[in-house]
Amino acid sequence: MTDLLFTRVRLLDPASGLDRPGALLVRDGAILDFGAALGQPEGAEVIDGAGAVLCPGLVDLRAALGEPGFEYRETIGSAALAAAAGGITTIAVLPDSRPAIDDPALVQFLRARGDATGSLTLLPYGAVTRGCRGEELAEFGLLREAGAIAFSDGARTIGPASLMRRALSYAHGFGARIVQHPEEPSLAAGAAATEGELATRLGLPGIPACAEAIMVVRDIHLAELTGGMVHFSRLSTAAALDLVRAAKSRGLPVTCDTAPPYFALNEMAIGEFRSYAKLSPPLRAEADRAAVAAALADGTIDAVVSDHQPRDADDKRLPFAEAAPGGAGLATLLAVTLAEVHGGRLSLTRAVELLTAAPAALFGIAAGRLQKGAPADLCLFHLDRAWRVVAGELPGKAQNTPFDGRALEGRVIGTWKAGRRVFG
Amino acid sequence: MADPPRHLLAIEGLQPPPITALLDLAESYVLLNRSGQTARDLLRGRTLINLFFEDSTRTRTSFELAGKRLGADVINMAVASSSVNKGETLLDTAATLNAMHCDLLVVRHNQSGAPNLLAQKVDAAVINAGDGTHEHPTQALLDALTIRRRTGRIAGLVVAICGDIVHSRVARSNIHLLTTLGARVRVVGPPTLIPAAIERLGVAVFHDMAEGLAGADVVMMLRLQRERMIGGLVPSAREYFRFWGLDAAKLAKAAPAAIVMHPGPMNRGIEIDSLVADDPARSVIREQVEMGVAVRMAVLDTLARARPKLRND
Repeated sequence: MTDLLFTRVRLLDPASGLDRPGALLVRDGAILDFGAALGQPEGAEVIDGAGAVLCPGLVDLRAALGEPGFEYRETIGSAALAAAAGGITTIAVLPDSRPAIDDPALVQFLRARGDATGSLTLLPYGAVTRGCRGEELAEFGLLREAGAIAFSDGARTIGPASLMRRALSYAHGFGARIVQHPEEPSLAAGAAATEGELATRLGLPGIPACAEAIMVVRDIHLAELTGGMVHFSRLSTAAALDLVRAAKSRGLPVTCDTAPPYFALNEMAIGEFRSYAKLSPPLRAEADRAAVAAALADGTIDAVVSDHQPRDADDKRLPFAEAAPGGAGLATLLAVTLAEVHGGRLSLTRAVELLTAAPAALFGIAAGRLQKGAPADLCLFHLDRAWRVVAGELPGKAQNTPFDGRALEGRVIGTWKAGRRVFG
Repeated sequence: MADPPRHLLAIEGLQPPPITALLDLAESYVLLNRSGQTARDLLRGRTLINLFFEDSTRTRTSFELAGKRLGADVINMAVASSSVNKGETLLDTAATLNAMHCDLLVVRHNQSGAPNLLAQKVDAAVINAGDGTHEHPTQALLDALTIRRRTGRIAGLVVAICGDIVHSRVARSNIHLLTTLGARVRVVGPPTLIPAAIERLGVAVFHDMAEGLAGADVVMMLRLQRERMIGGLVPSAREYFRFWGLDAAKLAKAAPAAIVMHPGPMNRGIEIDSLVADDPARSVIREQVEMGVAVRMAVLDTLARARPKLRND
């Protein structure tokens, strides 16, 4: 493998606080050196960054990839294309596939499928319950041994308090987190949008926004009771974020993430029944959107995830309440997050941290930083280059983006996995 | 001037002039219908399809009669929602209808927004005949016409819409239409049947019938579906009737000449007492049905005029 030398790049490594112009040298798929200026080894391939940002490949803690079971929506191969185009080199993949990832062999299978792409590390979640059915606990120990990164039932809330208590308690013994979809199921049943003026006007069954905080407050108590670690995924309301903020200040092992739609869109994106804006949790009122954006900056939110949920036209071209919730998110993860930087609400370092070092540290993943000797998983992006999101023209199979038509600034120009160029 | 609207999907968003124009045109059709004449040349050669995914003999018949009186070829398609779920999608249906060269498509569906989705895909002018809990525009128009003929105006009237507001597309369309024309609208019902933030639509909320009806010029009752009781939103029919059913005692709180309306079909003894429903001095329920045909003629006429002339084939 020839050496690879990045020159004239803005080196950005939130984990070490590095942010300066420089160069980076890759040898045999690993980062050999980086700094203000490096000599050019003979025969090295040179990438002239012309001022573009070079950061660690992004680490996405939440995506469904369609495989196994929903290949008509996305395959690991098509998701790998979308991920590479989005600068993502590591993905924690949700377990609520068909079959669900509740068996060690399936964890190994998914990891191997990821490696086979050559562009993506797949880190499967193990199911909390067998089949993600919300009944009996899955084999946390064996799943963990096989490489499950944490435990989750995916889109299904771990509903009964007794089940969540047992899951937190048992997972604690293996040092693993329980990742919750925080939404009180009895308040959410049959609903399609956040309860309020818009849902009332459109005649859509609504979920009260407090369905999120109700589950968060319960699970914080259960984490305290059991000593287990709980992670809330895709927080979208001010009330839930306040609870997490307070729990963190008390030193409880409580963490959370959010996804771009929840800080970049509000419920008005539904317009007249736009099913591409039907997500789970549903888009919220403007005040909640603003609270999520603020919580990115103040550290309450630990990571930004793509929450990639591929859907095809048949899933979406239905009356709103019948359409499947979920949005494609891999290709837009970085650029939508950078909009917060361009808007002056978030520093570039913090934005990139939320997409790299912070999620990696949360789940103990050896990725997400520029480190000598580490695999050269890298993302080179242009901070200001503008582009427009067009459903139908996104990389990969899933086209169900809630950001259709949106103009964004910040574009990935190259992605490298272990020193091999996989995009750009 | 803006292009005339291609479809009638909702009352929300309509300005007073087009609403008034429809009501005025409907007035002329009331006279025509009462004279026993028809206007069969108006929609001659046009195809009207009644596409009903949900049973409604009353609304379908009203549209059928309206179409026939204007000379359209009327076809009724009843599609059980369940069979659509099993295979053919709404958009497959749209493709079929396009192949049939349908001009006017009347849609009733149990899902909010289904007519909007169809309107994106069909060539026909789409008329929403009731979608889920969203809107029922022609019902609001016929209610407004009934009120206007009885009281001579809409602006300034106090209208109390009572009962199951949360599940009612009739209530939503009426709220939009009546507030747009300057009426003062109240909604009255148990809190479990009042949707969130409804006051943002410009209405006042009451939970007590005596307070909600006080001085009202129009009392509009809504149907309570039996499954709402099973769903636990109301404990029992007798409790509902006791507190929110319209009887003579509650009606006495309204203005002396207040009229009583109901979109039908009525649950006698649940939301309305027969003595009130059948009182010719107060109840305009039968007149609402008559106005329904006239209003639908006006809507079909208006939308057909806005369409390009017949295909040259």
